[in-house]
Amino acid sequence: MSAPYDTILIGAGMSGLAAGIRLAQFDQRVLVLDRHYLWGGLNSFYKQAGRRFDVGLHALTNYVPKGTRGRPLTKLLRQLRIKYDELRLAPQSYSAIRFPDAELRFANDFGLLREDVAARFPSQIDAFERLIRMVDEYDAFDPPDTALGARAVLADVFDDPLLIEMLMCPACYYGSAREGDIDWYQFVILFRSLFQEGFARPEGGIKPLLDLLVNRYKSLGGELRMRTGVKRLLHEDGRCQGVELDDGTQLMATRVLSSAGWSETMRLAGEELHEEHVDEAELGRLSFTETMFVLDQEPKDIGFDATIVFFNDAETFDYRAPEALVDPRSGVICCPNNYQSEEPLAEGLYRLTTMASYDAWKRLDADAYAAAKPRCVEEALAVAARYGIDPRPHEVYRDGFTPLTIERFTGKRGGAVYGASKKRLDGVTPLENLHLIGTDQGLLGVTGSMLSGISIANRYALVPS
Amino acid sequence: MTRDEVILAVKDIIATIAPDEELDGLNETDPLRDQIELDSMDFLDIVMELRKRYSVQVPEEDYPHLNSLDGCAEYLGPRMEDKELKLVNA
Repeated sequence: MSAPYDTILIGAGMSGLAAGIRLAQFDQRVLVLDRHYLWGGLNSFYKQAGRRFDVGLHALTNYVPKGTRGRPLTKLLRQLRIKYDELRLAPQSYSAIRFPDAELRFANDFGLLREDVAARFPSQIDAFERLIRMVDEYDAFDPPDTALGARAVLADVFDDPLLIEMLMCPACYYGSAREGDIDWYQFVILFRSLFQEGFARPEGGIKPLLDLLVNRYKSLGGELRMRTGVKRLLHEDGRCQGVELDDGTQLMATRVLSSAGWSETMRLAGEELHEEHVDEAELGRLSFTETMFVLDQEPKDIGFDATIVFFNDAETFDYRAPEALVDPRSGVICCPNNYQSEEPLAEGLYRLTTMASYDAWKRLDADAYAAAKPRCVEEALAVAARYGIDPRPHEVYRDGFTPLTIERFTGKRGGAVYGASKKRLDGVTPLENLHLIGTDQGLLGVTGSMLSGISIANRYALVPS
Repeated sequence: MTRDEVILAVKDIIATIAPDEELDGLNETDPLRDQIELDSMDFLDIVMELRKRYSVQVPEEDYPHLNSLDGCAEYLGPRMEDKELKLVNA
């Protein structure tokens, strides 16, 4: 048994690294553990055929220009003592929501969305202004009603259902763990993050951002062990004493913060606690497939100049895990070339994401799985090409992942990218010194996960004695 | 530490916790919250740094004393009299 740590963090994703920096900053003895060999969790990267691909990151949301104060991005930088310029953000060109008969564009200047709403939905512009006021006034970080769904609220505000569907589409895709709807407080957070603030991409993608976090964490004396899985949490009388690793080593700590997910963390705490505290109905079911097409041209030279397009091929938007392998009726197209970058990507890149069924992919044997992947891409493109471009004539390479890939590399049950449908905003678990950070605590996306780690670390691990 | 040194000490801590802020223009009387939008999380950091650098404990009920640079000098002055100024961002 080795000397105790002040804090052990399970998971070297955005939330674990951010929390680790906070604690190491104040001289705690901190250890971050992760079973995978690469850090980043749901926002990681991998190399294949000499190319580096990002997983997760389409955009860093919450973009604000340098010098803006009091917004989530600048708060988070301050907490981590990172200078704005160190992020090296390239802002988006513009993004769009595309339905069969309507398009709404949005950019880092909120005026574009306002103009497009006024032009396409003139009867709804006053209601849209009312929605903005509601969003501005809502305390989304201490919501009075976490069960309230956005659909109910939006139905009261607007009387054109198409506009409701169009606003729901990007909000759900960028962070709803709930099928068919999104929590109202999450919608508020996303409305600000996506529309009122905006999108940017760190130059070089997710890896430079992760390097920044890891280097900062290590320079403060934080310890990071990769390929080191936690087998179980050690606890007695409602207190967590530490962790046991896959190899049987026991490490003691004053407290543990886990980004493994609610169900996964309870499982680490033993069958008894899992049985008592995990409701299988609350497990996240939303997962995705994504295909990355490497192109021989810049996408903007073959007709695609948007950064991100959220499309839906019907009047109504159906956000739920499909019965079939994928649901080609809607999706997200992301083109990292279309950020206003000072370091252009070496090749064209076109990413297509669709909702997918973990269960359906899970049922396939190896041969069927291999055959299904390209077939599903064809199905998805049959619809998606109408809302973007057909990348196939320019394709030089492709790679993709399914819900099973996500589960394998992140340990998230069911490949549930947005975690459990029930969030635990206070981070509290049945063990008094074990707290939840990351996706199941409630804040999503790159910026959200970092804020999750920071806020829980501040609340439970940093309060001065 | 003199009064001026206490203010230097606090400004140096602010330079650490808010690396993007230009601090030359800070005045001593207006609330820091208004001048550079320090929020409660930032005040926690100031307090933690005071403890780390100068072993000064500021109980939570006393945070309002740190409202402005003047307030800091007044409140921290007697508590930091015998401490030596340490500048990290000199």
